[in-house]
Amino acid sequence: MSSVEIVRFAVRALLANRLRSLLTMLGIIIGIAAVILLTALGNGAAQYIQGQISGLGANSITVLARAPGGTAGAAAGASARPLTSGDATAIADPQGAPDVGYVAPVVQSSSTVAAGPNSETATVIGSTPQYFPGSNTVVAAGRAYDEADVADGRPVAVIGRTVADDLYGVGSTPLGRSLLVKGVPLQIIGVLQAKGQGGGFANPDSNVLAPITTVQSAFTGFGNLNQIVVGARASTTQNAAESEIYSILDRRHGITNPNNRDYQLISSAQLAQVLDQTLSTFSLLLAGIAGISLLVGGIGITNIMLVSVTERTREIGIRKALGAPPSAILGQFLVESTILSVLAGLIGVGIGVAGTLIPLPNGFRAVVVPAAVVVAVVVSIVIGVFFGGYPARRAARLRPIEALRRE
Amino acid sequence: MTGRVAVRPDVPVLDVRSMSKVYGEGETAVHALREVDLLVRRGEYVAVIGQSGSGKSTLLNILGCLDAPTSGRYLLEGLDVADLDDRQQSVLRNRQIGFVFQSFNLIPRTTAFANVELPLVYAGVPRRVRRARTLAALDVVGLGERTDHRPNQLSGGQQQRVAVARALVTAPALLLADEPTGNLDSASTADVLDLFDGLHATGRTIVIITHDAEVAERADRVVTVTDGRLRESSGARP
Ligand SMILES: Nc1ncnc2c1ncn2[C@@H]1O[C@H](COP(=O)(O)OP(=O)(O)OP(=O)(O)O)[C@@H](O)[C@H]1O
Ligand SMILES: [Mg+2]
Repeated sequence: MSSVEIVRFAVRALLANRLRSLLTMLGIIIGIAAVILLTALGNGAAQYIQGQISGLGANSITVLARAPGGTAGAAAGASARPLTSGDATAIADPQGAPDVGYVAPVVQSSSTVAAGPNSETATVIGSTPQYFPGSNTVVAAGRAYDEADVADGRPVAVIGRTVADDLYGVGSTPLGRSLLVKGVPLQIIGVLQAKGQGGGFANPDSNVLAPITTVQSAFTGFGNLNQIVVGARASTTQNAAESEIYSILDRRHGITNPNNRDYQLISSAQLAQVLDQTLSTFSLLLAGIAGISLLVGGIGITNIMLVSVTERTREIGIRKALGAPPSAILGQFLVESTILSVLAGLIGVGIGVAGTLIPLPNGFRAVVVPAAVVVAVVVSIVIGVFFGGYPARRAARLRPIEALRRE
Repeated sequence: MTGRVAVRPDVPVLDVRSMSKVYGEGETAVHALREVDLLVRRGEYVAVIGQSGSGKSTLLNILGCLDAPTSGRYLLEGLDVADLDDRQQSVLRNRQIGFVFQSFNLIPRTTAFANVELPLVYAGVPRRVRRARTLAALDVVGLGERTDHRPNQLSGGQQQRVAVARALVTAPALLLADEPTGNLDSASTADVLDLFDGLHATGRTIVIITHDAEVAERADRVVTVTDGRLRESSGARP
C-alpha cells in the first residue's frame, strides 16, 4: 500500500467527518490565537510603558514642590516654601553641585491659545534652552529658543504637534505665524516632534514652550517656579547629583528631617527601575496566562483526539479485518492528525495576528511576540499529532475482533 | 510474507485441533468453545448451524484470524496462525480470506464503492484495476446502481450485499460468512447463494453460518454447534 493511498484515506476520513474535524481544529485554533493575542497585548503594554519612560530626558532629575510630610509635620513649624529662581541658581553653582550639568527652571500655566478663529487650552511652559534635552523634547521643524531669546525675553514660541494641528491645520508647519496666548502675540519659531499621549502624564504634544522670561513677564509674574529640571553630567553621576541637590535645597529650605521635605526629586533612572520591576512582574503574569490557555487548548485537543479515536476504534477493527497492516492504520491516523493540526495552526496564527491589528483605545497597540507564536504552534501541533497518533497506535495493536467490539 | 501461501492440495485448508475459547475469567468466564476439532479440505462448502449463543461466531472469528483461541491449535493452509505476527496475519486476511460479518461492519459515512474497494487498496492493487474489480463486485450483488450511497442510505439487505461484495472482491481462496443472508428476502438470498455456488464450483473453500435450512441444504457438509461443541451431521439435514 503506497503512501499516496494513505494520504487519500486520511483526507477522505477528514472530509467524511467534517464536524469532528472542525471541532478538533477549533481547540488548536483557539489555543494558538489566545496565546498570540495575550502575549501581544502584554508586549504592547510593555512597549507602551517604556515609551512613557523615554518621555523623561536621560540623566534628568526633576525637582517638584510639595506639601511637607503629613499635616502633623507641617504643624511643627516648617511651613512649605515654594521653589524659587534662587533655588535654581544655587543648584547651578558648580561649587555646591559639581555633578550637575545644567539647570532649567520651569514655570507653567494653563492658557487659552488662539490663531485666527481657532482656539484651545494649552499648557504654556516657560524655561531655558536646557529644558529641551532635560525633557527629551525634540524640535521637528524650525528651532528651539536660545539663550539670547531668554535674555531678551523675546515673544517667541515652540509649539507641540497637537497645537499646530488644531490651530493651523493637520500636518501644518506654521513657522513665522503668530500665536495669541491669553491675548499676547508670540511668534512661532519651531514645531515639536510628536510624542504621543502619555497615560498618566499631561499630553506633551499640547505644550507651548517659550523663554522663561517671556512667560514670567506676560503671564505668571516673577514669583515661584513650578519645577526645576536638572541634568546630571553623566548617567554615572546621577546619584551624586541627587545628593548634592538634596543638601543644597535642605539647607535653603531649612529642612532637618528628610521625611518633612517640602520638595521632591524624581529621576528618570529611579522611575525606569520601578517601571522595569513592574514590567517583569507583568510579563510573568502574562506568560502564566498564556501558559494556562495553552494548557486548556492542549487538553481540548487531547480530548477530542481521544474521543475521536475511541469512536473510530470500530473502523480500525474493520480495516484490520480487511487486511490493513498496523503501519497503514497508524500512518493514516498520523497523517489525519498532522493535516488537522497544521491547518488549524495556520488558521490560529492568522486569527491571532489579525486580532492584534484591531485598534485599541489610548493609542495602545498589541505587538506580536514571535517566540510566543513559535511556542504556541509547536506545542499545539505536537499535542495534536501525538494524541492523534498515540491512541491510534494502541488501537492498531488490538486484535481485530477486540477493536470491532468496542462501542 | 507477500503473495499467496503456496497451495498444497494434500494439506487441509482449515485444521482445528482441540481448540477452546473462554471469554472472561473466574466466575464470569464463558466457555464459548470447548475442545473442538474441525478439518476442512480444499473446495469444501461447509454450513455451520446451531442455536443462538452456541459459539458459531466465536468459531468463525478464530478461523478468520480475527481472534485468537484460548488453547488448542489452528492451522491455516498448514501454517500455525499463532506463529504469525500482527503484520503477517493482516497480509493473510487480506490475500486468503473473505469475511462477511454478521453485523456487516461497513465503514460509516463512506460510500459503498470505497467500502468494497478497501481490501484491494491494502492489497496494493493499482487504481484502475481496483475500480474495475470493485464495480464488478458491486454489480454481482446487484448494487451496480448504488455505488455512491453511504451505509446509512442503504437498507439492511443492501448493506449486507455490500459486505458480501467486499468479501468477494479479492477473489479469496477461503470465504467465511456469518449469516450472510440473515437480512435478505428470499429472492436476494437465492442470488447470494447462487453466487456462493458459483464460487464453490470454481474450487473455493466456503464456511457459512446460517439459521436457514435452505442455505444449509446447498452445502456439502453441515456442522452443528451445541454449547461450544461441534457435531458433524454429514447429510444436509440441519
Ligand atoms: N466478547 C465476549 N465476551 C464475553 N462473552 C462473549 C463474548 N462474545 C461472545 N460471548 C459469549 O460466547 C457465547 C458464544 O457467542 P457467539 O457470538 O459465538 O454465539 P453465536 O453462536 O454466534 O450466536 P448467534 O447465533 O446469536 O450469533 C455466548 O454465550 C456469548 O454470550
Ligand atoms: Mg453469531
